[in-house]
Amino acid sequence: MQLKIQYYALMREQAGRSEETLETSSATPADLYGELSTRYRFTLTREQLKVAVNAEFSDWSRRLTAGDAVVFIPPVAGG
Amino acid sequence: MMRFRFTQTAIDTIEARRELLDLGAGGYVSFEGWVRDHNEGQEVTRLEYEAFQELAVKEGERIVADALRRFPVKHALCIHRIGSLALSDMAVWVGVSSAHRGEAFDACRFIIDEVKHRVPIWKKEHYRSGDSGWVNCERCAAPPGHTHGHGHGHDHELEHHDEPAASHS
Repeated sequence: MQLKIQYYALMREQAGRSEETLETSSATPADLYGELSTRYRFTLTREQLKVAVNAEFSDWSRRLTAGDAVVFIPPVAGG
Repeated sequence: MMRFRFTQTAIDTIEARRELLDLGAGGYVSFEGWVRDHNEGQEVTRLEYEAFQELAVKEGERIVADALRRFPVKHALCIHRIGSLALSDMAVWVGVSSAHRGEAFDACRFIIDEVKHRVPIWKKEHYRSGDSGWVNCERCAAPPGHTHGHGHGHDHELEHHDEPAASHS
């Protein structure tokens, strides 16, 4: 299935892109992070991140469906 | 609505304050977060803020709604700057109006604390040394036993510690 991935901050720098459309067999955000970590050598572990699907916070074990937009959220630092 | 929003230009506090006016309010409390020239032993020269805006405005709105539920205040608003900021620029503004001052202080404090912890906003510090780093990210990213090119001491706290920001605190 195809997913849209958007990258911010440290994740954007490490992925070398702001977004991409990806053909993947990863079933959950957890699987997807494993796949992309291998590809981009992300330095943050999954435990250090949150994940959003379709612009809402999500569980790592949620079943992804075609067309979902996924964002991995590194530790925040607003204010 | 839109009680949490972003701006790419300087925050207009006079205009923002106007949105809090209420005949039943006896005053208002505001907080301004400014870009500070140092953080954890490093000389900071400028900052960049970036946000996942689509989610951030929703989470920010939920925080302001929470504050209005928890505290008997009239109105509340938070505006966060994004983009490149210079020293002393205002990064964030929170304002709360209420009948009495106590709850306005409490609600204002609640909003800025929650925004710092929950809203997907990131801050990259640029240092006089030429180095730069994402606040709360670089340190937790380093493997145990690593060495830094820059010599500040640190613990390996993962996130959300309370003295990190190059702006205020």
